[in-house]
Amino acid sequence: MKPAPFGYADPTSLSEALSVLQSEGEGAKVMAGGQSLLPLLSMRLASPTVLVDINRVPDLDSVVVTDDGVRVGALVRHATLLHHAGAAALQPLLARATAHVAHPAIRNRGTTVGSIAHADPSGEMTSVLALTGGSVTVATPDGSSAVDWADFFVGPLETSVHGPAVVTDAFFPALPPRTGTAFEEISRRKGDYAVCGAGVTVTLDEESRVTSARAAYISVGLVPEVHDLTEAVAGRTVADADWAAAGALARTLVDPDGDLHASADYRRLLVGVLTERTLARAAQEAETR
Amino acid sequence: MTVSTERTISITVNGVPRETTVPARRLLSDALRHDLELTGTHVGCEHGVCGSCTVLVEGTPVRSCLVLAVQVDGKAVTTVEGLARDDGVGGEILHPVQEAFRECHALQCGFCTPGFMMTMAAGLEARDRSVDITEDEVDEIVGGNLCRCTGYTNIKKACRHAAGLMREANA
Repeated sequence: MKPAPFGYADPTSLSEALSVLQSEGEGAKVMAGGQSLLPLLSMRLASPTVLVDINRVPDLDSVVVTDDGVRVGALVRHATLLHHAGAAALQPLLARATAHVAHPAIRNRGTTVGSIAHADPSGEMTSVLALTGGSVTVATPDGSSAVDWADFFVGPLETSVHGPAVVTDAFFPALPPRTGTAFEEISRRKGDYAVCGAGVTVTLDEESRVTSARAAYISVGLVPEVHDLTEAVAGRTVADADWAAAGALARTLVDPDGDLHASADYRRLLVGVLTERTLARAAQEAETR
Repeated sequence: MTVSTERTISITVNGVPRETTVPARRLLSDALRHDLELTGTHVGCEHGVCGSCTVLVEGTPVRSCLVLAVQVDGKAVTTVEGLARDDGVGGEILHPVQEAFRECHALQCGFCTPGFMMTMAAGLEARDRSVDITEDEVDEIVGGNLCRCTGYTNIKKACRHAAGLMREANA
């Protein structure tokens, strides 16, 4: 199908974008990469009255790496973040997860911040924002403010941001010392939506004993959640930690839905398997950092 | 700020400047096929899954069904019609990817072929030609496109063959 008719505006400044959003009201929708939005329009699952294309708004296309973390502008494409060595060095989950976002042609156009603002629980970057303890910057006509990930995601495809607003960047804090990460997905075809995915971090103390093990999942639950699995492996060394126990614990903490692609039970099984695998890898990496 | 329901856009398609007036909701894939009458770009799923409609915008592969025509105003678009080059005496020289598809019998019905060739041409252009292509690279290049006839074996063979042709041409 084709999208229903809509009006189109391509403002050249943030203030102009906000003023169009304000004057057009509820029917207006911000578009960056459009790689999730345009399919919704073509399938007529969404029919905004006006699309506000922010691609000509300046200063939104940079990745800024500081000691504190990585700030990703609203127009940074997945492909740019995937190949950003500085960002990967400070927060390895960014490149690891982005490699699983769709296919190269879609990564060339789709944006990291757009996929976060889209708040799809089967998107990778929403969970990465949660797992890293990140935040987004929301610009409104009254000014900009940071919104913590936990206050941002409300439900599937729904965020706490209402009214005229543009998410101008996402901030991913740097990985703490002695911490390793891993990210893995099961999907029917490489690059398709994950049946289940897991991102994890493991932190060790000076004697290589586990002090923290945390996980966030893809396509599991309605909003991104971070699960603390430390109790299953706390105080154990990398070699003798029982990662399967952490996987078993994770299975009791998640509440996946079943759909055409996988039953809830199968997703729960995958959560256990992926948790065990990824935690073991992340722990080994933590020893080297 | 004006909100438009229709716009006149200028695009350079395969090196030729074109101008057309389109509704805001016109997808680039439809603008190419219906407004500019370049039907080499095929439309399969229309929601970004199949890859048949892949074209290059400023040299970068994108799904033309996931881009609005108004968004490429002022930009250069390359479609499958722009892959071959003139030989200077009234004929055309096939792109190495086109040669490889013919050589390896990488198509049956041909519906998905334009999308595969555009993805592959850009993917092979972007890589370091001085080294042999790996299976992982081939999978990454063709992985986003669907073919319902071939089972992919010959498409992947064509990708390796085209990489070889481009490596030789570079040497």
